[in-house]
Amino acid sequence: MLYKKLSSLLRSSTNKLDRVVWRKYTTGAAGGEPFTLPPLPYPKKALAPIVSEETLEYHYEKHHRTYVTKLNGLVANSPKATMTLEDLIKSEKGGIYNNAAQVWNHTFYWNCMSPDGGGAPKGQIGQEIDKAFGSFDEFKKQFTQEAVTHFGSGWAWLVKDQDKLKVISGHDAENPISKGLIPVLTCDVWEHAYYIDFRNDRAKYVEKWWDLVNWDFVSKNL
Amino acid sequence: RDRVSTQSTGKKSLEEIIKTQTGKAQSLAGQIWNHTFYWNALHPKGGGKPSGKIAEAIDKSFGSFDAFKKEFDDAATTHFGSGWAWLVRDDNNKLSVTSTHDGGNPLSEGKTPVLTIDVWEHAYYIDYRHDRASYVKAWWELVNWEWATQQLKH
Repeated sequence: MLYKKLSSLLRSSTNKLDRVVWRKYTTGAAGGEPFTLPPLPYPKKALAPIVSEETLEYHYEKHHRTYVTKLNGLVANSPKATMTLEDLIKSEKGGIYNNAAQVWNHTFYWNCMSPDGGGAPKGQIGQEIDKAFGSFDEFKKQFTQEAVTHFGSGWAWLVKDQDKLKVISGHDAENPISKGLIPVLTCDVWEHAYYIDFRNDRAKYVEKWWDLVNWDFVSKNL
Repeated sequence: RDRVSTQSTGKKSLEEIIKTQTGKAQSLAGQIWNHTFYWNALHPKGGGKPSGKIAEAIDKSFGSFDAFKKEFDDAATTHFGSGWAWLVRDDNNKLSVTSTHDGGNPLSEGKTPVLTIDVWEHAYYIDYRHDRASYVKAWWELVNWEWATQQLKH
């Protein structure tokens, strides 16, 4: 009942993701309930043609869902099953870390995109980006560079380090929370994120991805 | 084998770069070498069970072909992120299974490659999407046992 309420709240507020709801999906279930796969904030067709329905079908239903299943398998019957995703990310290594982080990373990534996204950020996020990078274009350049040149699987991140915005990349499942940084925006550059729609052309994928960036969600992460 | 190992840009060969450099140079040299080796480790008429010297080495090192296959499948299927699974040998033709991450190559650990499978997503995403296990299963039908035999110390 509660799940239905929360998921319909999520679906009806694509751009205005309530912080409370967000925390439920990133912190996981405490008290021994299995971790669950949060619903996508939009229908699978919503981000096409940049992120096709087929990509979301595989990326969400296969990759993201498998990370949830694997995580539950790894923490079953242990005290770790009662920990939050974020706590697991802070304390674990190896398989539990990889799967917990990938569950978190993907949920964050879906929310960083919106069919109504794109354009330049306004308000506080726009100001903070200007302050940290000089201009939105300069930030865009740095983030794009990090995303396109990352070797192997990983993620490009805009993070807050103390009070400074920075662009970094994480390898494989690496999540900035483990380094005490605050995630603000992410782009998945594992090949599975773009191979169906862009094949090897990661640069094209990142270029187009900017048209999906959900600045409303991003601004809530500051 | 000569073509794979002596192709060079500048003063060092690929193998030298793999064995002596780190960072970007090592990764890129590794990826050139790894892919060339991978193409050669496949053959349209490949597959089936190995015979002769390679089969003997496998039996001696793993107990049976099935035991080797299981270990190799495991390494290939469970590798997290981009990388490669390898059958490698030492100077006594003792075989083992290992995996390398991203552009890594067992030469930098003093092991000699005998077979490899690419498990970067780009290797299988077009044909198998997320299903790496099915790709690995099908890959066995292409294994070039002659190439593998040539990698043994004679």
